[in-house]
Amino acid sequence: MADPLKKAELTGNAAADLTAAAPEAAVAELPPEVVAQSLGEYVRAYVARIRAGESGVLPVIGAMVAIVIVFQAISPNNVYLSPGNLVNLFQQSAVFMVLAMAEGFALILGEIDLSIGFVGACGAAITVQLVQPATTNWPWPLAIVAGLVFCLAFGAIQGLLITRLHLPSFIVTLAGYLVANGLFLKILLFGPFSGYPNLIGQSDNLHTIYNLMWGTIDPIVSWVGAAVVVAGLGAFIWLSDSRRRKSGLVAPPASLTLIKIAVIAVVAIVVVGICNLNRGVLIVQEGVPWVIPIVLAVLGVWTVLLQRTKYGRYVYAIGGNPEAARRAGINLSVVRTTAFMLCSFTAGIGLLLYASLLNGMSNNVQAGYYVLYAVAAAVIGGTSLMGGRGKPLHGVLGGLVIGAIYNGMYLLQLSFEWQFIVTGLVLLAAIIIDAVSRRGSASGSVTRV
Amino acid sequence: MDMTAAVAEPIASDQPLLRVQDLDKHFGPVQALFHVNLDLPSGKVTALCGDNGAGKTVLTKCVAGIYQADHGEFFWEGRPVHIHNARDASRLGIETVYQDLALADNLDIVQNMFLGRERLRTGLLDEDAMERAASETLSSLRVTTVRSIRQPVASLSGGQRQSVAVAKAVMWNSKLVIMDEPTAALGVVQTKMVLDLIRRLRDKGLAVMVISHNLNDVFEVADRIAVMYLGRLVVQDAATKFDRQSVVEYMTTGGFGRSGGRPAKES
Repeated sequence: MADPLKKAELTGNAAADLTAAAPEAAVAELPPEVVAQSLGEYVRAYVARIRAGESGVLPVIGAMVAIVIVFQAISPNNVYLSPGNLVNLFQQSAVFMVLAMAEGFALILGEIDLSIGFVGACGAAITVQLVQPATTNWPWPLAIVAGLVFCLAFGAIQGLLITRLHLPSFIVTLAGYLVANGLFLKILLFGPFSGYPNLIGQSDNLHTIYNLMWGTIDPIVSWVGAAVVVAGLGAFIWLSDSRRRKSGLVAPPASLTLIKIAVIAVVAIVVVGICNLNRGVLIVQEGVPWVIPIVLAVLGVWTVLLQRTKYGRYVYAIGGNPEAARRAGINLSVVRTTAFMLCSFTAGIGLLLYASLLNGMSNNVQAGYYVLYAVAAAVIGGTSLMGGRGKPLHGVLGGLVIGAIYNGMYLLQLSFEWQFIVTGLVLLAAIIIDAVSRRGSASGSVTRV
Repeated sequence: MDMTAAVAEPIASDQPLLRVQDLDKHFGPVQALFHVNLDLPSGKVTALCGDNGAGKTVLTKCVAGIYQADHGEFFWEGRPVHIHNARDASRLGIETVYQDLALADNLDIVQNMFLGRERLRTGLLDEDAMERAASETLSSLRVTTVRSIRQPVASLSGGQRQSVAVAKAVMWNSKLVIMDEPTAALGVVQTKMVLDLIRRLRDKGLAVMVISHNLNDVFEVADRIAVMYLGRLVVQDAATKFDRQSVVEYMTTGGFGRSGGRPAKES
């Protein structure tokens, strides 16, 4: 396969056809990196894609810039972009990011899971209850495992109902939402805490759960850690891309690989830099919160699972064409059920971070509309509600957008009524973006079939 | 018997690759196949014609292992074999390209071609090896119009999709490729592309069975023609023995030169 384009020319009339029919749309559906031989071609392919509605991460970045400008202008004393608030924003976003990654498993399958907020809340409440010195006083790792096992089990039951009885996931998880909501309130009532088990106290176990969100890493260690991660990731991307280029496989141009690595490095420097500024008012407070490496770990593990393993490939195949997956010998029930389990499991991690952020669990937890935020975050990030498209990274980007809005509303001290209205509008905006981008690509394929 | 010839091509000369003998299949009270006999030789394109409801698809699905026949035998390279499920069929080297192609639009060409049979290295997908193998298969079939084998199937034309589905079928050392209405949804240029592809499969020595309504395509590409009528296989012979009119008559009446046809079962 020296030069496929040249060969295509040689085969003559049979080759003359295909893209000629609808060049614009055909170009639009090609990921720019698979056709581009140089950076210029990449940019042109990317522009063609955006014109046709396949916008990729661009709307996320655009939305992010707009949100930052607006809230910076209207936030009291313009505190929005202060280091203290930005770290706050990262912490609040972390919850949305992890929940959006959780919802991603259901969305890629073409399903939805409405229960993740309260299922995760149950898991987190179990963990918070189990580490209480006054009652069970379990060691923190065991308490976390117990909470996450609950989530896995709940996800398994929902997944089995959906796959074995062929029930719609929307209804099953809506029922799961109510059941989990009730269970959550029950779990809160255990022990002498009047429904408000918290993480205040001297116990190491309490302290570790609290530190998931609030603990910080020493600035020097943060820099070294970030450097190691960026260097490792950069070397991996560079080596695999250049190996593919050498053996004639489809690979992005070298300049693009370098830009990718540079973007990762810049993001790392900016984030670590902001976190390492002193954001304390009375005392010195600096360093990267633990939650950032935790979110990155979730992102890394789920990205490898979805992009690099058979299991992940099957999740996408089922989302794209379940019949094709079935004929390929894939066990649909098993893949779907485990995806719902992983969805609930990840939600357990997300709500555990939330419990840590709130310094405990109470019936104030708005897990119900966190689900909507999670769906909105995943979709804003680029995951499709129609299945087959989406990555864990989309959840992280969308989670940042949602976190930015949430944080801005928090600074403005918007009342609950307004928060509900804004949440609803954000979700609506997200599905409109999804529908518009899908219509762009759908009309493209109609012209060519 | 000519021994030297037999040594050179023992199977193609003596036995068809697949011989279907006395196949019966019924669904409840409906008898879908009656005593069907069909030979599918290597290196030949066999066209299976018949009106709607003649039993073409049922026969295909029995051969592909989707349905189990009630009676009847399969002889693969002269040996009796059982085809109980799709896995048995693909183990023998039978691959079917269905009309809907069964491709996942959101996956790229390589991912579709390896779907369900991914290659792994240290537990993770070996994308490089899969891409190399897919690209070899595609170039051996001279499927060269795709811009990149990493483009999602959603961005392919109908003919290209058909090519990918065929390439997916032949990649696994298959010996018999069954294609269900491969040109039904295609325009003129794309049809030509797919017919060329079918000829290339034949030239590679594969047995090809093409189900088609389109007699233009049948006469253009088929070496042998078999016609089904109301669940019976009424005739099979070299394509040169037929003309358009005789095929139509077999398809509509089940016989030739005898108006009214043999099995007068029309309701």
